Amino acid sequence: MNTRSLTLRSLLAAAIASLSFGAAAQSTLLNASYDVSRELYKDVNPAFGAAWKAKTGKDVTVNQSHGGSSKQAMSVAAGLEADVVTMNQSTDIDILVERGGLVAADWRDRYPHQATPYTTTSVFLVRKGNPKNIKDWADLARPGLGVIVPNPKTSGNGRYTWLAAWGSVKAQGGSDADAQAFVSKVFANVPVLDGGGRGATTTFTQRDVGDVLVTFENEAALIARELGADKFEVVYPSISIDASAPVAVVESVAAKRGTAAEARAYLDFLFSEDGQRIIAKHYFRPRSEKVLAEFADRFPPIKTFKVEELLGPWKEVHPKHFADGGLYDKTVVNR
Amino acid sequence: MSAVAAFFNPTRQTRVLPGFGLSIGYTLVYLSLLVLIPLSAVFLKSAELSLAQFWDVVTAPRVVASYKLSFGASLLAAAINAVFGLALAWALVRYRFPGKKLIDALVDLPFALPTAVAGIALTALYAGNGWVGSLLEPLGIKVAFTPLGVLVALVFIGVPFVVRTVQPILEDLETELEEAAASLGAHRWTTFRRVILPILTPALLTGFALAFARAVGEYGSVIFIAGNMPMVSEITPLMIITKLEQYDYVGATAIAVVMLVLSFVLLLVINLLQAWSAKATGRNR
Repeated sequence: MNTRSLTLRSLLAAAIASLSFGAAAQSTLLNASYDVSRELYKDVNPAFGAAWKAKTGKDVTVNQSHGGSSKQAMSVAAGLEADVVTMNQSTDIDILVERGGLVAADWRDRYPHQATPYTTTSVFLVRKGNPKNIKDWADLARPGLGVIVPNPKTSGNGRYTWLAAWGSVKAQGGSDADAQAFVSKVFANVPVLDGGGRGATTTFTQRDVGDVLVTFENEAALIARELGADKFEVVYPSISIDASAPVAVVESVAAKRGTAAEARAYLDFLFSEDGQRIIAKHYFRPRSEKVLAEFADRFPPIKTFKVEELLGPWKEVHPKHFADGGLYDKTVVNR
Repeated sequence: MSAVAAFFNPTRQTRVLPGFGLSIGYTLVYLSLLVLIPLSAVFLKSAELSLAQFWDVVTAPRVVASYKLSFGASLLAAAINAVFGLALAWALVRYRFPGKKLIDALVDLPFALPTAVAGIALTALYAGNGWVGSLLEPLGIKVAFTPLGVLVALVFIGVPFVVRTVQPILEDLETELEEAAASLGAHRWTTFRRVILPILTPALLTGFALAFARAVGEYGSVIFIAGNMPMVSEITPLMIITKLEQYDYVGATAIAVVMLVLSFVLLLVINLLQAWSAKATGRNR
């Protein structure tokens, strides 16, 4: 009886030891990201795993958590143990600095290009042959047109669309009043406001609602080239917004989990040539000139403006346009 | 005073069934942990606003428009379900037909299906190019991306509640009652109206209340079919999500408090109605 329980105990101890040993050799990272980066990171993660193994001889597995950008930021702020965050607007990382310093205040300076490994921009997706002859932002204000955009209140994609339309007027020297008059005409043409970018894509492509979808270039290109080459085409407006995707290490989580080295290496990998190539494959504009040249046919040159340069710092732009009672609310409630 | 003493010291009174103390204690702890504490947290959080701020948040025109849609569509959907749920339960209890077991199982599907799936399926069906939508659109009826779409989704998710509350009562109903009514010269319609319906009313009201409560809080399925246009097809839960997206927890809880209070008052009224109708028919449930 006694010996039996002893062997049982030692077996159990051995099992526990082997378990914890396994955990030590195999580290994991959690990347909390926004909605449509799902496919991109599905390719990036194994490539990073291989690169890390080649460099250090250790295994690392990267797990993903996806959702609306702001929702993900809230989850991390509330305690989701993500080692890194890869968002689509910098305000969603700034909130992690404000809420208890989860991310270093100088996160923008820790990686090149303000810690944005790639950029994209808002473009138009129209039905094949462009039957409504939509060429530029001004065309979206034409009466009777159906314009599909994601909801700016719940989606980063939607906010970029709104600011891109706004900026297209300002870039030509228009006043704030001109810009507001223009965007209210555009949004009067919006029949449906989907919660996120993917929802808007489905409404436009599957439900056949609207004449033009305004969305990120990567989303539009993916549809036009891979899902419905015979049904849709991408139209590049004369100017659009620079939508760079910021990344940061969640310092407090990485320190607690002892994954700081892996987390940093993971973000470094995004800026590496291999990482940049995967990014370009997913129709995001890479930062590396060399990789950009390799994929030149995917990325026609387009003039873009930065929110900070044309409209002011994000910290002011965001509440001014999107807070309750802000410019967006005023426009849509009175339409 | 003595009632309070009896409540806290139940052993003084001898009861036929054992375990009063244990079960009431369990009930209180369970309800506190799962319902009362989270809900009071909502009220506490919203108390961070001054009364004037609170009033501004909960009476903003967009928010008011969303109450009208959420509560109006939920009440209407529950009413539709009360009528057709009764018909469904009636068919399932009273008649024998092939495939009955299958239909019986189908009724529960809206319970089990993730609501987002339901929303996407309904939108695909009722959009202008969908099976049903393409038939309705030429008639000038738009369902998807309008308040009508919201109603369709809420009817869908509420179906099982009425069927499942009415069904057991119908099954227990003695056919002798109807035979007696018929033998006393009542028409079939009179029998239904004066004999069967009064017995079913309490269960119908319960089903109505459950379907309504479910519909008011529904988010997942509605969000796909609503179109979410400000002032037109935004539901109140979306207004809460919108606030959360702006990291405005306090504003979100303020709207949640209004929803809770409104729902509570409406459910209380329905429960009172139910108690009253139960008394009127002599069934003390």
